Amino acid sequence: MMAHELWILAIAALTSISCAIVGVLLVLRRMAMLGDAISHSVLLGLVVAFLLTESRSITIMLAGAALTGLATAWLTQVLNQYGKLQEDASMGIIFTLFFAVAVILISLYTGQVDLDQECVLYGEIAFAPFDTIIMGDSDIGPRTFWVLAIVTLLNLMFLWIGYYRLKAMTFNASFAASIGIQVGLWNYALMALVATTTAASFEAVGVILVVALIVIPANTAFLLARSLHGMLIYAIGFGVLSSITGYYLARYFDASISASVAVMAGVFLALVLVAKKAKIRVDRKTVTS
Amino acid sequence: MSSLDPTLSELFLAFWRLDNPNVVWVLLGSVLLGASASVIGSFTFLRRRALMGDALAHAALPGVMSAFLLFQTRDPFVMLLGAVTSSFLGYYLIEYLTQHTKIRQDSALAIVLSFFFALGIFQLSLIQQMEIEGKSGLDKILFGQSAAMMPEDIQVLAISAVFILVLVYLSFYKFRLITLDRQYAQTLGVNVKAYDLVLALAIVLSVVIGLQMVGVVLMAAVLLIPVSAARYWSHDLRKILFLCAIFGALAGILSTNISYMAPKMPTGPWMVTVLAGIFLVSLVFAPARGLLPRYLMHRAQAQRVNDENVIRSLYVLGERKNDPKALFEPSSILTVRNMSKEALFKSFKRLIKANDVENRGGTYRLTPNGYEKGAKLTRHHRLWEMYLTEKVNIAPDHVHRDAEKVEHIMTDEMGERLAEELGNPLTDPHGKNIPGGQH
Repeated sequence: MMAHELWILAIAALTSISCAIVGVLLVLRRMAMLGDAISHSVLLGLVVAFLLTESRSITIMLAGAALTGLATAWLTQVLNQYGKLQEDASMGIIFTLFFAVAVILISLYTGQVDLDQECVLYGEIAFAPFDTIIMGDSDIGPRTFWVLAIVTLLNLMFLWIGYYRLKAMTFNASFAASIGIQVGLWNYALMALVATTTAASFEAVGVILVVALIVIPANTAFLLARSLHGMLIYAIGFGVLSSITGYYLARYFDASISASVAVMAGVFLALVLVAKKAKIRVDRKTVTS
Repeated sequence: MSSLDPTLSELFLAFWRLDNPNVVWVLLGSVLLGASASVIGSFTFLRRRALMGDALAHAALPGVMSAFLLFQTRDPFVMLLGAVTSSFLGYYLIEYLTQHTKIRQDSALAIVLSFFFALGIFQLSLIQQMEIEGKSGLDKILFGQSAAMMPEDIQVLAISAVFILVLVYLSFYKFRLITLDRQYAQTLGVNVKAYDLVLALAIVLSVVIGLQMVGVVLMAAVLLIPVSAARYWSHDLRKILFLCAIFGALAGILSTNISYMAPKMPTGPWMVTVLAGIFLVSLVFAPARGLLPRYLMHRAQAQRVNDENVIRSLYVLGERKNDPKALFEPSSILTVRNMSKEALFKSFKRLIKANDVENRGGTYRLTPNGYEKGAKLTRHHRLWEMYLTEKVNIAPDHVHRDAEKVEHIMTDEMGERLAEELGNPLTDPHGKNIPGGQH
């Protein structure tokens, strides 16, 4: 039973690390809602990939997700540019349409698609450890764990390779373009990464926890940090902390683990906000007295 | 497949016979819902908070669950009250976060959305272990299934929707004012805060009543897509609202029809798909602002500029030879005019049709008609060059490129006023004749 618990914690921690990395980049560029949009539209990619190939292999799933993520970002930009529609509205149209079509496809092919909207919205991490990969004769651990490990690695590599470019783009896009950074390319790479990260976390933790883990720890970090790497470290820290405390909260109440983790992330954000407000008040008092 | 068709058409007819009271209720509900949500969505759209509906829809969930936990009933009015309360809290939390903390608007929306929704799911997972009657259908509100709605649900929905529509009708001017220019509204003495509150309540209410029919995730689309589509047809807010109501109602009718014919089909996704279809048609075909009309206008403009350039090139070539009736090879036009051979021949075709140019065995010249046009274009071109050198003090070797553009947009009246201003000059800065300058 100990192993079971460890696997869940490991899966939750890996999810929070990947989500924190993309989250920081999205939040700083005022694109937090894109996390929500892509995480919903990715469902269409998963359904179509599954209907076309009838396989649930990790590569196909992630490729399908990455492609839909790119399609969402690209179509949003096209509507924004050629349709002269404000950006958030363009995004809203594309992702709701993608999600709607996905749900329609699921109900058309019920029984064939091993994805249902309920699991997508609030996936159940508690069952993740039972779906294991057998290599040779030995059980090497849950499928979700390995998928998320790969994606976390992908995220870290992306950050490692592109750190200075991403930093320049995030804080001053025109400067970045002027020194020869391919802003468009890196932008789409980030979108693909958001999509892969959400898709990987999908079955285990559900869309909502993904959105929560992308946005909430990154914003908690935004309130505290003074540099990009500081913000990344804070975000990862709060993400992992929410995972652990959330897990025990869920165990205590016997509630949904994903939801509890997201709730804890919110609680930490609230605590930091209150602490900051209190500190400002104290500072003001010491200045005036 | 063909054996299925008659059943579908029979179902279609059965739906439109409207003798099933349940069908009538659902139809009425979806039409009213579509119309009210679409109308109210225009205001969030105009405030550049297009995704507000998404956050508010998710924020309703903990209210529904709390209401159920507290009162242990699924009475639609109690559910509505719970949903409105928590969605409203979400609304003000978003306001608070954006105005009083460092957190930006997009993040505030996403935070409220995910946190409230998680809270709701947390409660739902608690409810599911309890022994409470009526808990089974609670999760249905997440995905929107009109078939699962009771007539009482629809009554509450219909009353709320009518209330919203009447409210918007009565407070239209105030809502428009505080949405488009708050400061101006304040100077006029409008109670901005009070109307803000009323508008916020209307937004929250229209989101919340749609949840059961459309679902949490897709409710945002019903607020957002109609106004995005209507905007291509008009700039007048009254017309936009009217169009929104029609689009929303139409989507309501079609989606109810589809989900009647295929009972497993959820209503919400079809509503969104229909709305997206309406949006696509508007995006492409709407007069003046649609992509196709805009493209055609652009092309017509580009063709006119090309044709005028060819006329002017022929005129200038004739002037150099001192013979307006001289014939020219296409290649000699290409030496004075930077355009592709293809574009030149396409232009010739149009110009011959319009009787501006004539073709004499592969060589071309202006007809008297075309000559007149060439003279006028050249006159405008050279007058503008003159104006730039004389009045704006630009060096004579820098004025040609600008005149190349202005010649295509200058009207006769502008040309004459310019000539007058310059004292009816006879030559341009390069010493060339300004045609028609004698008078």
